Amino acid sequence: MLFKLSFKNIKKSFKDYAIYFLTLVLGVAIFYVFNSMDSQEAMLELNEGEKDIIDLMNEFLGGVSIFVAIVLGFLIIYASRFLIKRRKKEFGIYLTLGMSKKDVSKILLMETFFIGLISLVAGLFIGIIASQFMSIVVANLFEADMSKFTFVFSKIATVKTIIYYFIIYLIVMIFNVFAVSKYKLIDLFNASKKGEKIKVRNLYLSVFIFLLAVVILGIAYYFATQRLDSLNLFGTSIILGIIGTFLLFFGISGFVLKLVQNNKKIYLKNLNIFILRQINSKINTTVFSMSIICLLLFFTITIFSSAWSVNMTLKKDLKYGTPADLLVYTFAETDMETAKEALNKVGYSLNNFSNYAEAYSYGFDKVNVGTLLTPVLDEVLKDYPNLLADNYIPVMKVSDYNKIATLYGNNTFTLKDDEFILIADYKQMLPYENKALKEGVTLQIGNKEYHNKYPKCLEGLVQMSGNRSNTGIVIAPDNIDINLSKTTRNYLAANFKGNKEKANDKFMKYTEKLSTIGAAYDTKIDIYTASTGLRAIMIFIGLYLGIIFLISSAAILALKELSDSSDNKEKYEMLKKIGVDNKNLNKALFIQIGIFFALPLLIAIIHSVFGIMSASKIMESMSVNTNLSSIIMTALLIVVIYGGYFIVTYFTSKRIISEKSD
Amino acid sequence: MEKILKVANIEKYYGNRGNLTKAINNISFDVYEGEFVGIMGASGSGKTTLLNCIATIDKVTSGHIFISGTDVTELKGEGLNKFRREDLGFIFQDFNLLDTLTAYENIALALTIQGKKPKEIENKIQEVAKTLNIEKILNKFPYQMSGGEKQRVAAARAIITNPKLILADEPTGALDSKSSRMLLEKLEELNQKLKATILMVTHDAYTASYCSKIYFIKDGKIFNELVKGNDTRKEFFDKIIDVVTLLGGDLNDAL
Repeated sequence: MLFKLSFKNIKKSFKDYAIYFLTLVLGVAIFYVFNSMDSQEAMLELNEGEKDIIDLMNEFLGGVSIFVAIVLGFLIIYASRFLIKRRKKEFGIYLTLGMSKKDVSKILLMETFFIGLISLVAGLFIGIIASQFMSIVVANLFEADMSKFTFVFSKIATVKTIIYYFIIYLIVMIFNVFAVSKYKLIDLFNASKKGEKIKVRNLYLSVFIFLLAVVILGIAYYFATQRLDSLNLFGTSIILGIIGTFLLFFGISGFVLKLVQNNKKIYLKNLNIFILRQINSKINTTVFSMSIICLLLFFTITIFSSAWSVNMTLKKDLKYGTPADLLVYTFAETDMETAKEALNKVGYSLNNFSNYAEAYSYGFDKVNVGTLLTPVLDEVLKDYPNLLADNYIPVMKVSDYNKIATLYGNNTFTLKDDEFILIADYKQMLPYENKALKEGVTLQIGNKEYHNKYPKCLEGLVQMSGNRSNTGIVIAPDNIDINLSKTTRNYLAANFKGNKEKANDKFMKYTEKLSTIGAAYDTKIDIYTASTGLRAIMIFIGLYLGIIFLISSAAILALKELSDSSDNKEKYEMLKKIGVDNKNLNKALFIQIGIFFALPLLIAIIHSVFGIMSASKIMESMSVNTNLSSIIMTALLIVVIYGGYFIVTYFTSKRIISEKSD
Repeated sequence: MEKILKVANIEKYYGNRGNLTKAINNISFDVYEGEFVGIMGASGSGKTTLLNCIATIDKVTSGHIFISGTDVTELKGEGLNKFRREDLGFIFQDFNLLDTLTAYENIALALTIQGKKPKEIENKIQEVAKTLNIEKILNKFPYQMSGGEKQRVAAARAIITNPKLILADEPTGALDSKSSRMLLEKLEELNQKLKATILMVTHDAYTASYCSKIYFIKDGKIFNELVKGNDTRKEFFDKIIDVVTLLGGDLNDAL
């Protein structure tokens, strides 16, 4: 009997809460997909390094999953408490019919269990299908070939999903039973009559709190974007941001109401009074959820757009940063051996190279960061108090540099006897270096002086890297006195013969020995793999958190709106009775739901403008630019998911309201 | 006097062929301008169905209803909405005020949806608030008001548009006797001073005694008709009781 009852209840409420069910299914599916990354390896041709990266990514995503599970857990607890609240009257009837609270708890338990079970199975099913397509995404990212189509299924991910979900649901069930046991019959009966308690706040207080919130947020924005030098202030800005957001939602509806009330033309027009009051009461009863949703959206936007920026920048810089297959270098601090000698010593044959070039770089006492930046040194030290002005700037003979540059396919240079060129590509330093060079810099090596040939840095590099990290190399005439050098390096840049992957794997066998004799190396394939791995981790974490945050916040809004629909139904019916036509009713409904969804997003976007500004300042040090494509991708993600929830909510709400009440 | 409402041979059936219920079975009557007409009947007699049909909330199965010459059974879509907005005023048993709006806003809504100017709305609300003695509660929310106050706000909303006909469905149903009397006196005042035409459905003889004419309905038909004429309210009340007794046990429980 109880079983039948709970089963019928699920069926009955299914139509109205389809969106909640959908969110659960989506949550499970996403959880599975992002935990099943390791199974993708089966489908792709990957080298060892790439496999390592995918394993690392899997670990990362596993860690993030705990956080995701907590978010989903809160969503489910919130939603089910919400749904229980709506059904108080029904429970009241059960109790008067003579059911015990235990029985009611059992009904609820069974319902929760069924919904959980169905959504788990459906979610896993969808997740397994979606993970097949995930391979295409992974293959694309790693520029790997799809070896063969194999049906991928991750046992670990499945078990993990089930366990996490089970834990979440166990907590939900305990919550539900606890909630039922607390109810008093009289409250259950009056629940539907009372409805949501209408919170009316003093309008002047609202206005005051709103203005206070604006001031607090202003300070938070200032700290977050202008005072990045202090970690303390940055932390303060986050706390102020959270407090400010909360206060903003506390005051905003009252503030807007007051504002509109002062303009009688808008206030007393059509259904505006009604729309305003509806939104006002809705926001006032959901200040806390609105703030949380706004913050989640803010995190989504910032995390995702930053992740995308890192991805795009890495992708762009990768080709530029790895112009040769291999670079081996040795240091003067060890017994100076040339890179070539080091390779010979470990038994690696130069015949493996199709071509190679060698060069030295030197460090001179008076060629350091301080002397190079002399004209702007005060300014730099103000911005970067930790800058080590004594650090050597490596100096290369122009003939040496040209050899490397020719191999790299970069520009070669010629110099007069008293000239030098600075090559650099590190974004953060470039403005200072350019400014210094514009004013003119004189370097001294021994007793000779050198002036800069160009009023700015030129692009170029010696060391290979996944991002632009050349802080500066001085290209000097061949006549410099290398005996004065305090620290010397020897470079050998080379391209492999034949199959690059195989040649790279062969070279890797010698690397351990190379390290023991103090030589270092970078290979193009290594850098590619590391960089792609970083990109993949960024994108997946961005997507994972982004989607989960978006569906959670949109689902909470949708649930709140839909569960209010039964209350709203009476209101809209009344409006119909006094002669409001359907067109205006639907318009009012659309505006009302629209604002309810748009408000947290709007404030999140304002937060994000400053959040992204702050993030790009931090990321600049990693040579990452915030670019337009990241903003477009973020917008796309939000429009599709958040917008989708909005549309579904509107149409469901419209259906509930237009249904005949009898 | 102008004929405001003409109900001509209306019928309302529920159910299907196998199981037909005649909620209204051939009812006809007229209401003239400035009349305060009551419709009495026990629950299930069809009085609320009748009111809903006149209010265009429900549709008749056959017959016609004319309000100021317009056949409202023929109205559709926007014409229907316009008619409800401009020609009818409603007072419901459970007030039907929007709980998120203040009294002022509830009343204003009836005018804003007609597209009236802010200035005009402001003036009219002050005027009607004075008449119904609700000036002091204009800025209160429904949950801050007593039942009587709520119903007077609802009445204000109903009359502010100067409707041709005010329809009241058990307006005293949820009120205590003191509030009931106050509301009915106000309705009587609206009827006598402002010449408002009111059609009120009730099962309560005391409430009905404020009307100038009463139709008694039983099983979907008009059973009897009473006109107050020059009677005092007490005499009229006694006459109503007599008819109610005649009607049978059905209505007695309502007393």
